[in-house]
Amino acid sequence: MADSDFYQPPSRARLSIIPIASTLIASAATALPLIVSVPAVPPLGLMMALAWRLRRPEMWAAWIALPLGLADDLLGGAALGSAMTLWTIVFLGIDAADSRPLWRDYWLDWWIAAGAILFCCINQWTFAVFTGGGGAFWPILPQIAFAIILFPAMARLCAVLDTWRLSR
Amino acid sequence: MAPPRHRDRGFSRRIQYGLFFGYVGAAAGIVAGLALVLIARFDPLAFQGIRGLAIDLTAPLSGAGRGVVRGATEVGSDFGGYFGAIDENRRLKAELKDLRRGIIAGHVAAMENVRLKRLLHVIEPSAQPVTVARIVGSDLSGARRYATLGAGRADGVRAGMPVRGPDGLIGRIAETGSHAARVLLVTDGGSSVPLRVARTGQPALGEGHGDGTIELHATALGGQPFRRGDVAVTSGVGGVYPAGVPVAVVTSVSGELASARPLADPTNLDFAAVLPEAIVVPPPPPPTGRHN
Repeated sequence: MADSDFYQPPSRARLSIIPIASTLIASAATALPLIVSVPAVPPLGLMMALAWRLRRPEMWAAWIALPLGLADDLLGGAALGSAMTLWTIVFLGIDAADSRPLWRDYWLDWWIAAGAILFCCINQWTFAVFTGGGGAFWPILPQIAFAIILFPAMARLCAVLDTWRLSR
Repeated sequence: MAPPRHRDRGFSRRIQYGLFFGYVGAAAGIVAGLALVLIARFDPLAFQGIRGLAIDLTAPLSGAGRGVVRGATEVGSDFGGYFGAIDENRRLKAELKDLRRGIIAGHVAAMENVRLKRLLHVIEPSAQPVTVARIVGSDLSGARRYATLGAGRADGVRAGMPVRGPDGLIGRIAETGSHAARVLLVTDGGSSVPLRVARTGQPALGEGHGDGTIELHATALGGQPFRRGDVAVTSGVGGVYPAGVPVAVVTSVSGELASARPLADPTNLDFAAVLPEAIVVPPPPPPTGRHN
């Protein structure tokens, strides 16, 4: 069907750029003109990356988390290498989960995302404390809860973007 | 839905190698990432160039919409202000009367202070600001408490300089881009400011708590160092922050610790002045060799 007069596949650039660009924009959303005294906004970049990874398992190799995480560190001002390390570990973990013959559905994907968000947020905090900053632990708990509750909405947004990506 | 089978190796050598090197790359990347975190711990100013570039890129994004957000916040508090306006009016009038008396006493004290200082030949370091700029945003989801300032190296801003707002101390420059800089707020866990309680002159150390408050530690023993409502100002000890900048007001006391709220409300910052780092004169080197 690729060479039909009616259907022309979208360009390769479009196919690969939209997921990466949307993740970067989600990471940069922490630069919104708000000033908060506790980390209140969920880690949108991580959620977007997870949504793409769970929706299109074949699209990205595990190493894609390295540059995406590095960009997230740079845009958000975290210690360089923290999101880079954590996201890659998460992506490798999801690869391991994919190789298990589990029945995958919406709920399991949500559980996987919840585990990943929990892991990343707690360890981001650990890294922040390790590099000489951060502070109390409790402010990140509502942030984690928000992120987990909002994940299906992010997956939905990702699905809309995916449909648009595949249309011409 | 059955699990996705995309990571099946199949019989193609090319796909097998591709997968294998993908995993090797990811594992190497994790090691490299951990190394970067270690570097960040021991040399917080590493990679200034690329980090500064990222700040420069995101600052205009934040700056554009800041006015709108601030406007919305103010409308909210204006509405709230209508309720209880009479009570507030009465309270404020009483407070004003008290303050007038205080101001007169203050003027007298200031005059006396100037006279005594002239007598003692105390030289005050001038705290002419390096630059005044807008606070454009902050890190919303990270574990560190940073704000972004709309001035950078091109305006003379350097890492380490203290930053104050109209109400009090905001923090210290953590890293700079060429036209924007990141400010480590006093509420961040990595910030500690030498303070003095304005009422008693007792020295204290203010450490950020990461949840919007500052924890005050009394550095001198004995007595009741803090009282609710005490204002803490910078003491100038250590030579980073200039002396006498108000920092926080004590909200609760437990023994020799107190929890304080920063006077420069981080959610409502607009303009900030970057001050030069107070100069520390290094102690003279110990004499070497024998002098007979």
